[in-house]
Amino acid sequence: MDVRVVNVKKEFQRFAALHDVSLDIRSGELIALLGPSGSGKTTLLRLIAGLESPTQGSIYFGDEDASTKSVQERHIGFVFQHYALFRHMSVLENIAFGLRIRPRATRPNAAEIQRRVSELLDLVQLSGLQGRYPSQLSGGQRQRVALARALAIEPSVLLLDEPFGALDAKVRKELRGWLRELHDRTGHTTVFVTHDQEEALELADRVVVMSQGRIEQVGTPDEIYDTPNSPFVFGFIGESNAVAVSVNSGQLYLADRPIGLHADGAADGDATLFFRPHDVEIVTGPGPSIPGVVVGTRRHGGTRRIETEVGASGQRVEIDVSVDATIGSTGRLALRPRRWRLFPSVPLRG
Amino acid sequence: MTSIGLAGGWRIKQPSVIPGFGLALGFTLTYLSLIILLPLAGVVWRTASLGWSGFWAIALDERTVSALKTSFGTSLVAAAINVPFGVLVAWVLTRYRFPGRRILDAIVDLPFALPTAVAGIALTALYAPNGWIGGLLAPLGIKVAYTPLGIVIALIFIGLPFVVRTVQPVMEELSRESEEAAATLGANRWQTVRRVILPGLMPAILTGFALALARAVGEYGSVIFIAGNIPYVSEIAPLLIVIRLQEFNYAGATAVAAAMLIVSFAMLLAINLIQAWSRRRYGYGG
Repeated sequence: MDVRVVNVKKEFQRFAALHDVSLDIRSGELIALLGPSGSGKTTLLRLIAGLESPTQGSIYFGDEDASTKSVQERHIGFVFQHYALFRHMSVLENIAFGLRIRPRATRPNAAEIQRRVSELLDLVQLSGLQGRYPSQLSGGQRQRVALARALAIEPSVLLLDEPFGALDAKVRKELRGWLRELHDRTGHTTVFVTHDQEEALELADRVVVMSQGRIEQVGTPDEIYDTPNSPFVFGFIGESNAVAVSVNSGQLYLADRPIGLHADGAADGDATLFFRPHDVEIVTGPGPSIPGVVVGTRRHGGTRRIETEVGASGQRVEIDVSVDATIGSTGRLALRPRRWRLFPSVPLRG
Repeated sequence: MTSIGLAGGWRIKQPSVIPGFGLALGFTLTYLSLIILLPLAGVVWRTASLGWSGFWAIALDERTVSALKTSFGTSLVAAAINVPFGVLVAWVLTRYRFPGRRILDAIVDLPFALPTAVAGIALTALYAPNGWIGGLLAPLGIKVAYTPLGIVIALIFIGLPFVVRTVQPVMEELSRESEEAAATLGANRWQTVRRVILPGLMPAILTGFALALARAVGEYGSVIFIAGNIPYVSEIAPLLIVIRLQEFNYAGATAVAAAMLIVSFAMLLAINLIQAWSRRRYGYGG
């Protein structure tokens, strides 16, 4: 089912958690809401669920205005970070809960419920554990039970609030791949909140980057990673270097020396140059470049990371080179970003 | 954690980083002996001097039996009434923020602090046929003071904080998320309360019930003022013990005490067993 968030504002007492947020979620999509804590991502998710009500604006499920509907009527599946399983109920009772509490007219009979539960247990790979209590399960198993419980009511939208946040790294990775598979198989419209960019980029069809109650950028993982549209997104997603430069008739200067980059149409004055550590070439011949002083090298996965200081004020820049490269042994190098973006000067963050 | 316990079999001493196991256990046993076991052993010892037949004669004496019935009957009723209302008070105190909440919270503890005789006199004044509330009830033919009903009211007063104070912390800890989860699954408020919240509170409620009951059984000060103390009707067992003492009938007093002890112990044991079962049932501990 399509979900449309239209001009939604949310205030808690005086504090504005969301400013005028609009978002279209297409049917069957897997969407990640990504942002640092306090960015409003969980609030947005809870608004869609109906666990909070917007101060202004509306939320549509399909063509229906869902804003006035209660949580119960919205028919959504919600998975909480800390599972929120009913600890006095067995796995079976937890999963069956949403079906058993239905009014008699719409409640499936006991055999049907049992069948559905075993089907879901198969789906979340927990067959045989239906008699266990939540306290007897591991974190990963609990979260899968929570997911099965949410799926049992055949929700129109599946909402997950930091679903893997409380799990250790290995289990998290496993569950990630498994959730993707599950989504491909069941095709639920799914929205999940995360502060883990790797998780968002790997899992989602589209990523919504949020900051301070606003949506910064919406796009596919490629778009978000390759063409961030704001300094915030550039700094938040992946690793990046930010160097303060100045622009003079389309030429970029660092400490009054041209660095060989042209930004047509950029306004003259101060600006910030963003580029990623692996999008840098080392300049060996003559020609304009950014000269740097090597202050350290570290092994970084499959590459070697060189830390340099550039410019008059010694701004830190990190670059990745191949492991067997001998660059940097002389203590000096010249570099030029291959892919980069220029943003009008802002105070550097993070 | 459970796996360690199972693998190692039954052990007195769990491996721990905190030393002093021997000292702590020794002190605990000595302390409990001095404070609880010795006085109780004295009761049993005194009673034993009566012999079996003597003990049964006193314990099954009609006045003793009716006093015991009054004591345990009113205590059970009072504790049972305290459960729903105590849970309600705890709910209001934990879930709502309103002006005067802290004051209300403090008021709950007053029955702990007030001399019970004061409470008894105040309640008697209220519920006597010429008191404010008693005066309203008298035309309806309801007599409160000087009847078992009056005893129940005094015991409700005494027992309320036990239920509130045992349930309150557990309720605060109860995750809001599981209520929200229930709502997203389509549960209405009543279903959420009955199927999600109450079962989670069950062990705490049972503890509160047991404490309120135990306290009520032993209550003396407030009850003797409001009860009227009519033998066979509204005379409680603790009062009967005092009466026997005043008659210098020490053996008779200890016999009644021993009978109370046996019944109390049996009841508390039963409640504890139910509680252990419910803790397991409701997934606390492992």
